[in-house]
Amino acid sequence: MLMSLACIVLGVGLFIVTQATTSGFEGFFIKTILGTNGAIRIEDEIQDTIRSMAARSENSDSDSTFQVAEKEGRKYIEGIQEPKLIMDALRRFANVSGVAEVLHGDVQIRSSFKPDSAQVYGINLDDFLKVSDIDSHIVQGSLEEFRSEPEEGALIGSILAQRLQLAVGDSFILQIHDQTARYRVAAIYETGVSDIDRVRVYLHLSQARSLLQKPTGASFIQVNLYNTYRAPEDALQMEETLHHSAAPWQEREKVWLDVFRALRVSTAITVSVFTLIAGLAMFNTLAMIVLEKTKEIAILRSMGYSRHDISLIFIWQAAIVLAIGTVLGWALGAGVTYAISNLPIRIRGIFATDTFIVSWSIWHYVEATLTAVVMVMVASLAPARRAARLEPGDVIRGTAT
Amino acid sequence: MSAPSGNIALRCQNLHRFLGRDEGRVHVLKGVSFEAQRGQVYAVVGPSGCGKSTLLYQLGLLDQPDDGQIWINQQLMSNHDDAARTAARGEHIGFVFQFHFLMQEFTALENVMMPMRKLGRLDPDAMAERARSLLAAVGLGDKTQRLATHLSGGEQQRVAVARALANQPAILLADEPTGNLDQQNSGLVFDLLMRLAKENGQAIVLVTHNPEIASRCDVVRPMRDGVFV
Repeated sequence: MLMSLACIVLGVGLFIVTQATTSGFEGFFIKTILGTNGAIRIEDEIQDTIRSMAARSENSDSDSTFQVAEKEGRKYIEGIQEPKLIMDALRRFANVSGVAEVLHGDVQIRSSFKPDSAQVYGINLDDFLKVSDIDSHIVQGSLEEFRSEPEEGALIGSILAQRLQLAVGDSFILQIHDQTARYRVAAIYETGVSDIDRVRVYLHLSQARSLLQKPTGASFIQVNLYNTYRAPEDALQMEETLHHSAAPWQEREKVWLDVFRALRVSTAITVSVFTLIAGLAMFNTLAMIVLEKTKEIAILRSMGYSRHDISLIFIWQAAIVLAIGTVLGWALGAGVTYAISNLPIRIRGIFATDTFIVSWSIWHYVEATLTAVVMVMVASLAPARRAARLEPGDVIRGTAT
Repeated sequence: MSAPSGNIALRCQNLHRFLGRDEGRVHVLKGVSFEAQRGQVYAVVGPSGCGKSTLLYQLGLLDQPDDGQIWINQQLMSNHDDAARTAARGEHIGFVFQFHFLMQEFTALENVMMPMRKLGRLDPDAMAERARSLLAAVGLGDKTQRLATHLSGGEQQRVAVARALANQPAILLADEPTGNLDQQNSGLVFDLLMRLAKENGQAIVLVTHNPEIASRCDVVRPMRDGVFV
């Protein structure tokens, strides 16, 4: 029985720990992508392409002809022509908490150290703060410096700054075609997403328009939501009403989200092996007890205890061990999760963290408990049924099989 | 087939029972008929393998006959399902076996309370009170809180007698109740059974190899080769 108890404790505890760590990283990844690229991105305009067919009446005497038009497909027109109108419309969605237009383009960046390629992102800072966590990603300088320098202030990614050996206050040149302009590093940000930190340079929208020579329009509109998990439904509705493509974060980051989900499921399956062993140990223990206690079972039956009562005795026995094991497993899971959350680990690339990220969710405890309950109770059913099937006369006579 | 009259607690008619399978199949009971009246003690005697214990288990509804009928308190029970036979055992029948079969992890008091807990006629306090009075009646009033493992063989068998009487059954079936005891304890347990049967008007059927004990019973029924002789 101790073996069963130990396996239940380990099974429940490790299930909780693995779910806490994998969903912790997944949750942090989601927070990072929402904080950098928003919940929904409204991009290219959609135009339905129409195919028309001419038809002529059977009656050749009449000269009547008509055309049938039907949707053939859809065409995307790059960018957003009227960002203000689209943003006004987006703000009417109940779930939308913020919208910001962004203009971007590829440029060459040159510091006193070396040239490199980069992407300019033109933003209205106040709008962009409502759809991103850029303020919390600043590692050097400040957003106030950026705000106070509408002509030449720039936010630059930490990797790009390192590669170009740029620090706050340094100047650099952005070039596109023959157009060049000088900017100053107002702040350096680090999102942890290397694809962002390596290439993005945020400028004030007016400066980006001037540099990219796009006086109107926007490349995309970044949208943030109150309930980010409703993004796919909202995106669909936005696409239908606004006739612009709308990509929710779940679609944009599908690959990584699938990786995290697969990791979570695979660790859950691996750790469930402990619970399976607990179930097998419980089966073995109860089966042994049934063999050892046949006389007692027969006596109880002779006193008027029914088959159901006998089954319940064994199921209760399993349930008590399960309950103790589960509570100890919760404690183990919580303790190890807390210890792991303090372990130093430096991760950069898809997010930035210096410690293990864990997620504290009651559902991990519920899932671990359900797994243990199912395995242990299923394992205890067979011995309990066997105990109930014993014929008291056979047992006492010594002919029970 | 007529039903038994009111004073008869237990009756069986033409009981047949086969044990074993295929070539090992043995006709153990060959049309046994028997009845036991309240307040009487019956001894079933005979050589080993003659079917005494098998008959006792049939009468106690622990086993099902291949043919024949059994009445408990004038109710035909032999053709009932397991649930009904189990309920009848709890209400009307007490068992004492050669080995006490006490629950080792429980005290004497708790062992005696077990049949009462299942029957559920009394509240917990009343159950404990009755268990204490039964243990006092079998001379163990000062050992109610002892674990079964901390009692001697004779004491354990006396607890088993108290347990068998817990629900005031009309019938007490005893399979060699003194077979595992020394002479002094055998006499003690048998005297106890006799006294309680007379006081409570219970029908007692006991299987024994002990001729001295058999001779002290009200009725002795010798058995041979699956029939009464």
